[in-house]
Amino acid sequence: MAFISSGYNPEKPMENRITDIGPREYKEFLPPIIEKNFGKWVYHEIVEPGMLMHKAESGDEVYTVRCGGARLMSVTHIREICDIADKFCDGHLRFTTRNNIEFMVDSLEKAQELKKYLNDQKFSGGSHKYPVGGTGAGVTNIVHTQGWVHCHTPATDASGTVKATMDTVFDEFQNMRLPAPVRISMACCLNMCGAVHCSDIAILGIHRKPPMVDHKVLDNICEVPLAVAACPTGAIRPTKVEIDGKSYKTVAVKEERCMFCGNCYTMCPAMPLSDKEGDGVALMVGGKISNRITKPAFSKVVVPFIPNEPPRWPTMTKVIKQILDAYAEDARKYERLGDWANRIGWERFFEKCGLEFTEHLIDDFRDPAYYTWRQTTQFKF
Amino acid sequence: MAKHKTPLLDQLESGPWPSFVSDIKQECENRAKNEKGVEFQIPADCPEDLLGVLELSYVDGETHWKHGGIVGVFGYGGGVIGRYCDQPEMFPGVAHFHTIRVNQPSGKYYTTEFLRQLCDLWEFRGSGLTNMHGATGDIVFIGTTTPQLEEIFYELTHNLNTDLGGSGSNLRTPATCLGMSRCEYACYDTQALCFNLTNEYQDELHRPAFPYKFKFKFDGCPNGCVASIARSDFSVIGTWRDEIRIDQEAVAGYVGGELAPNAGAHAGRDWGKFDIQKEVIDLCPSECMSYEDGKLSIDNKECVRCMHCINTMPRALRIGNDRGASIFVGAKAPILDGAQMGSLLVPFVKVDAGNDYQEIKDIVEGIWDLWMEEGKNRERLGETMKRMGFQKIIESAGVPVDVRQVQEPRTNPYIFWKAEDVEGGWDRDIAEYRKRHQQ
Repeated sequence: MAFISSGYNPEKPMENRITDIGPREYKEFLPPIIEKNFGKWVYHEIVEPGMLMHKAESGDEVYTVRCGGARLMSVTHIREICDIADKFCDGHLRFTTRNNIEFMVDSLEKAQELKKYLNDQKFSGGSHKYPVGGTGAGVTNIVHTQGWVHCHTPATDASGTVKATMDTVFDEFQNMRLPAPVRISMACCLNMCGAVHCSDIAILGIHRKPPMVDHKVLDNICEVPLAVAACPTGAIRPTKVEIDGKSYKTVAVKEERCMFCGNCYTMCPAMPLSDKEGDGVALMVGGKISNRITKPAFSKVVVPFIPNEPPRWPTMTKVIKQILDAYAEDARKYERLGDWANRIGWERFFEKCGLEFTEHLIDDFRDPAYYTWRQTTQFKF
Repeated sequence: MAKHKTPLLDQLESGPWPSFVSDIKQECENRAKNEKGVEFQIPADCPEDLLGVLELSYVDGETHWKHGGIVGVFGYGGGVIGRYCDQPEMFPGVAHFHTIRVNQPSGKYYTTEFLRQLCDLWEFRGSGLTNMHGATGDIVFIGTTTPQLEEIFYELTHNLNTDLGGSGSNLRTPATCLGMSRCEYACYDTQALCFNLTNEYQDELHRPAFPYKFKFKFDGCPNGCVASIARSDFSVIGTWRDEIRIDQEAVAGYVGGELAPNAGAHAGRDWGKFDIQKEVIDLCPSECMSYEDGKLSIDNKECVRCMHCINTMPRALRIGNDRGASIFVGAKAPILDGAQMGSLLVPFVKVDAGNDYQEIKDIVEGIWDLWMEEGKNRERLGETMKRMGFQKIIESAGVPVDVRQVQEPRTNPYIFWKAEDVEGGWDRDIAEYRKRHQQ
């Protein structure tokens, strides 16, 4: 493993340094048919699951075949994706905002051939490499985060929970039989990187134990005021402790005010809180981003805790399926999951989904909590 | 022969969805074989050790990455997320496992030539593992060592004409829906605006100068395909202000059953024959549509442009011709004060490439002037808005107060007035008052 220089000279680091050039311009990468008809599209059709057709003013048609991606992928996999794009699409492709992969061709025949080819490709373990789907009123890819693969603050894993969930709802990825699209998202802690706060169904990693405080090192590795200011509930205060006759500047956590968000650990490495038994996932539902019919909405917590059960999180996937099935059976056409719950009432949502309602689901965070309680005689028995 | 036993992860190789475990394993094998004779600049077994440490996390139910990590390249204050394993003796291949954010092209269109160049670089100087893509939009290279960072940056900029993305308290990598490239709903060229603003604000992106992070996202229409209203501090969403264009013949095509509603999005289930009254007219949130004697009409003045009718009958209904965008500000995740969606600041602005989008840039810079001065440490724009009041944002953005900026007027009467707006001002003499009112 001999070091090979790129040409960078560590003796003169600022010499020949190129900065602030930004990304490559998107126009360099557009397929010719896209470039030609840019801004001149007239309509589109979903030909079949995973296959779109866009018609341009010129009469040109572009067929898009969408397939699932694991998001976390190797260069070997990306090169195979390139091989497919070279073979079928003159070396062009794109990725979607939900991390699916899209290949574009100019005829239905080519699209169908491509779809078949993609569906036939498997990893050695048996899973699909490029399952075609993710269009229309179905379940598409799960926007997710780093989990135990790369992050230091997670309460659960991302890639594992997502794989387990997508396996469970896979039929809905390749079909379009739901009342409306169902967006599932996943974040491994309350920082909610991604889309958990605005998805139809969301998996969120949570802790249930207050941070441990590493008193002996805290003052050396943390800015105490930042740790204090990091707490949404004011549970942290500066203090001094004596250990073996030595005094340390540190912090104290008022445990009954801590709701385990982990933000103090984000700011202060001396306050770790992850815990095998304490950590797990909460499920949220009913969020959306689009403005279609109803306004965008936040997702709401409907299951306060499910334990981490690696590698396949069976309880979590079972409950997700339960919610999805109840929605699919009961909701009206075009009704997003949150629209359905709002129409039938949340008391009915819990009943139909077979979920237990517990005190943890009643908002108690500051003034706005009041607006989530029920100030009306209108409710269903 | 795998370096570590991974009985738990192995269970994630079965099932239909693409297995990240199978993929990482094939990268392990390829690096072990190394048929092309690559002089790997970080341990060849890096992906093996990643599987090892991940398996350990599956057993322990806890992450095995140390807190934080501050690494980067000279000249920039962000772009690289440092990461170190907390069991480096057990997994030396991931003792350093830094992530590099690489700025993606708007709309994530690629040629295979460019992707292969990225792969060659990353196989040589990194783990060979990526995220395509990070939630903010970046191409994410997962896992390399500190000495490789400058080498990778040098090759990216000199050979691939590509820059890093953002991290830290700065402008993060902007992202966009695919816009006019392949969508008939796009009300402006989202990719062009995204590319332009990314370049305009390179300094703000690479060198943290803000109280906290700040994100731009660009949606071509209110369907929100890049989720800007939920996932960006400054969200630009396309719209129009004239009439929805109606093709009555195509309407008849939908009513007659020749055209599938919603472009066929519900084709997997029998929802009965398309009923324009039930599926469009009655679902319109502002009840401004009617269908009489085979003719569809829309009272456009009352339309809120939610997209439902257009989404449902894309061949019959099209966006208007007088196009622009709305601007929303303040979206953020829950920490610290609670989650926020973007709040409407500017109902309509022309998206004008002709003047280099100056009108939009003026609004951005007006907001930044206020927030950079007044925003507290680690306070998102949305929280500054809540603390200081939306009025301050309106003022700093230099835009007019507009009833459209609220869902409803305030219910409490705790109204602030400026002294200069009140006749006689606030300087009053109690003695004068006592002349009229005895103690």
